[in-house]
Amino acid sequence: MAKITKADVEYVAGLAQLTLDEATKERLVGEMGDILGYMDKLNELDTTGIEPTMHVLEMTNVFREDEVTPSLPRDAALMNAPKTDGEYFLVPRILDTE
Amino acid sequence: MKYEAVIGMEVHVELNTQSKVFCGCSTKFDAPANTNVCPICLGMPGVLPVINKRAVELSVAVGIALNCTISRWSKMDRKNYFYPDLAKNYQISQYDLPLCANGCLEIQVNGSTKRIGITRAHLEEDTARNTHTIGGGDSGVDFNRCGVPLLEIVTEPDIRSAEEAYAYLTSLKQILRYLDVSDCNMEEGSLRAEANISIRPVGSKEFGSKTEVKNVASFSGVQKAIDFEIARQQQVIEGGGQVVQETRGWDADKGITFSQRAKESAHDYRYFPEPDLVPLVVDEAWEAQIAATLPELPRARKARFVSQYQLSEYDSGVLTAERPMADYYETTVQCGVPAKPAANWIMGDLQALLTEHKLEIGACKVTPENLASMIALIEDGTISGKIAKDLLPELFATGKSAKALVEEKGLVQISDTSELEAVAREIIASNPGPVADFRGGKEKALGFLVGQMMKATKGKANPQMANDIIRKELAKTE
Amino acid sequence: MSNSWYEKTALEIRDAVRAKKVSALEVTDSCLKRIEEVDGKLLAFIDVWADAARKQAQAVDAKIAAGKDPGPLAGVPIGVKDVLCTKEGTTTCCSKILKGYRSPFDATVIERLAEAGAVFPGKLNMDEFAMGSSTENSSIQRTRNPWNLDCVPGGSSGGSAAAVAGHECAVALGSDTGGSIRQPAACCGCVGIKPTYGRVSRYGLVAFASSLDQIGPFTKDVTDCALVMNTIFGRDPKDSTSADIPVPDFTKALTPAVKGLRLGLPKEYYTDALGAEMRDKIQAAIKVLESLGAEIVEVSLPHTDYAIATYYIICTAEASANLARFDGVRYGYRAPGVANVDEMYRKTKSEAYGHEVRRRIMLGTYVLSSGYYDAYYLKAQKVRSLIRRDFMDAFKQCDVIVTPTSPTPAFKIGEKTADPLEMYLSDIYTISVNLAGIPGLSMPCGLTASGLPAGLQIMAKPFDEETLLRVAYTYEQKRGFEMGMPAALRG
Repeated sequence: MAKITKADVEYVAGLAQLTLDEATKERLVGEMGDILGYMDKLNELDTTGIEPTMHVLEMTNVFREDEVTPSLPRDAALMNAPKTDGEYFLVPRILDTE
Repeated sequence: MKYEAVIGMEVHVELNTQSKVFCGCSTKFDAPANTNVCPICLGMPGVLPVINKRAVELSVAVGIALNCTISRWSKMDRKNYFYPDLAKNYQISQYDLPLCANGCLEIQVNGSTKRIGITRAHLEEDTARNTHTIGGGDSGVDFNRCGVPLLEIVTEPDIRSAEEAYAYLTSLKQILRYLDVSDCNMEEGSLRAEANISIRPVGSKEFGSKTEVKNVASFSGVQKAIDFEIARQQQVIEGGGQVVQETRGWDADKGITFSQRAKESAHDYRYFPEPDLVPLVVDEAWEAQIAATLPELPRARKARFVSQYQLSEYDSGVLTAERPMADYYETTVQCGVPAKPAANWIMGDLQALLTEHKLEIGACKVTPENLASMIALIEDGTISGKIAKDLLPELFATGKSAKALVEEKGLVQISDTSELEAVAREIIASNPGPVADFRGGKEKALGFLVGQMMKATKGKANPQMANDIIRKELAKTE
Repeated sequence: MSNSWYEKTALEIRDAVRAKKVSALEVTDSCLKRIEEVDGKLLAFIDVWADAARKQAQAVDAKIAAGKDPGPLAGVPIGVKDVLCTKEGTTTCCSKILKGYRSPFDATVIERLAEAGAVFPGKLNMDEFAMGSSTENSSIQRTRNPWNLDCVPGGSSGGSAAAVAGHECAVALGSDTGGSIRQPAACCGCVGIKPTYGRVSRYGLVAFASSLDQIGPFTKDVTDCALVMNTIFGRDPKDSTSADIPVPDFTKALTPAVKGLRLGLPKEYYTDALGAEMRDKIQAAIKVLESLGAEIVEVSLPHTDYAIATYYIICTAEASANLARFDGVRYGYRAPGVANVDEMYRKTKSEAYGHEVRRRIMLGTYVLSSGYYDAYYLKAQKVRSLIRRDFMDAFKQCDVIVTPTSPTPAFKIGEKTADPLEMYLSDIYTISVNLAGIPGLSMPCGLTASGLPAGLQIMAKPFDEETLLRVAYTYEQKRGFEMGMPAALRG
């Protein structure tokens, strides 16, 4: 059976950039445990030698030619942004990590 | 204890396509912020990527040049992490099936050849640029660069010194420039190099903890940073400490690396196959077609210059350093002038002019045909080398043909015996001192007298004839 | 004609408009008036574009007046699920995180429909980011089932199904990742198709699970379904996964002829999980087809039991990446008062996503995370191959597969919100179609004793929508009843 701990929930929330309150964490420990436990069902199947399906279509090599097409006017590019200076998208100062 | 360094390089190079890798926006470098952007490279809801065929072809070309195996079947993957320079908060990259793998590059260090293994070269999209110079405590994001095709070239940990790393980078850049797949301009960020560095006791097979040095602005900076890191790590170990596995930046002013520790979780990238793009199949026919477009690579060309033109290793190396220069040289020689003078003129006077005017050979007004015709005029005695030296800057400035300028300026060499005999007699008459010196056995005085002849003819006298004739005249009047 | 224009089918409207029996503007006004009258009860529309729709209608009329071809869908009002990008109005996926977002472009399907003369009366409600089976996860409103206002319309395209069933528009667009067209079509008693993966361009469809998502229409009958398919199907250079396969004239497939066609009944679908009443409805429908000469074959889809687990691993994994872009940088909601970038991401996402979306992002992130990828994601991709193979094997023995769309009719609002796994399990009959990439259509096969529609699902081989339509059309012609006006909207 699955085996989701609060620490797992916190780790995953960190990867997904979600902040969860204590009640939500507890709720997710239960819900994710149930669902992942159900998903363990797949272990009943022997999939040795089975290729994974990444695409149901058997298509390859769909390309575009190297041609420049019009870009958006800057106003339209910035139109939906929560904060800009008319040239840049503005975000709170980025700490130099990655 | 003696230590050795174990170094692997990761080079990111922007491919010089016209349009971005997944959309039609221009890749032009210096456009105003957020003007080369569209819904696709801004990661707006509902958009889909479509891969630029040229980006794939350029990647494969690099792979072939680096002796890689080209994957018959590869795919794009999503690399997931959050950062404001990523429009989708995932980067479309390649994880387990890169386009190119298992190659090598031979480098020359201290006269010997060393083979550096190339682990892989894979295609991905470049990120946006963040600027921290905006007021009000905010950072600004410019998505112009986001989606420019990027090839990441990763080596095996085969490099053992900063010098080898430098040689690798120089050699790689030379190949990339030959292939014309990238500008490789570090200042504009079209080539970025990172070094993974660790040290271990000589003879040990195990790897030590490595540090990754990023954000270095030049090859010599990389060399210095590696030297610093090796020394630093050795100091840490000898002081009884342990090297911390981390990312380090390079402070060029202080000449030191510094810790840029990232969060642990940032490295759980959750790669999975990009469902919006179908697999890439490079079959033998396509690979052969791309291979056929590859130019002769620098090492092969240098060797050929030595054997075909009987040039020295050094001269061949200088002439083949950049493909346009090598092309220029060969075009000149193909016009029928001897190889050695052509090499001397190009590496000497012409290169000096290019350097002085900060020009690339491609922008030079003296065409190879024109240079060849100037050299031919020297060879057939029409002009002297001295005249040619004065002539070249004019050719360089005006782009006029050598023949036309020689005629226009009346620079044709005087090879008429009677005319030169007359000049010689005048010089002998008006320079009794040197004449006496010569006759007294001072051979050197002859040089002065020939010089006077050249001066009197404004350099137009055929120097060999002037020499012979004045000698004869001196003998006569004795 | 006695009834009003809003009650007509797309075919009737476009024929009348093209024959100048009615103007596109009159049809649009009739439809807008209907929305005004009943949408207060149904809550299907989240945004009504009265002015824009009238302008579009007038443009169609102007074309006709100028003697130009107004297109095969001239004057047909088509509602749009809010998951599709439109330059008109906003595109929000019914999420707070995209509140007020204006798309700078139209989805390819919108462009094609506009070119064909369609008129767009507005945007339709849905589960947030198409995650749900009841439309209860919309951040905006809870759409009602036109047959019983206490019931859900199904989901995630509940607004689209309710709008068509409620005669607010002749056609609506939806998207189907695991049944989000077919299940609400079944719940509301209309026709809905999920085309073969790759048939319809996904450009402009806000992605939930990219390898499963397809756009499709909701219509009042099978003929209209074919009509819309003719326009929206076909290769789009903007979508690398759109198939370069010729699009036939689907209206030519509309012949009542099933003689000799083999209908496959997968034994794994006809189990005790299927309610007795639903089973009776499906069997009656099969009898109709059998009486017309169709052959009944029992087939087996042995990995059916693993489909839900497979589906929820793949769709949540893809969704966790697809939804990462909603971060408050370039568009959408940004939490106020954040000091740094990490805080911006965290507060924005935590404040703006509903719980279902959060849960799926968490699940998807988990199954891709270091140490779990092989056990969950890769395993699911392999089982997906087995499920797909099941269908290909079954189609060696039959031409179409006939099943219920859903184990039960529409349930009561609030009935299943407590247990997510139970809600996921109700997708059992629809999700395999997405995993296999094949086409599936749902159409009404009667009403239950409580007066709710039952849905019949027909599946076909990849790219064989023609056979699928032929079976559906035949059944529709011969089933011997009309759905008529939904009970809750009569009188």
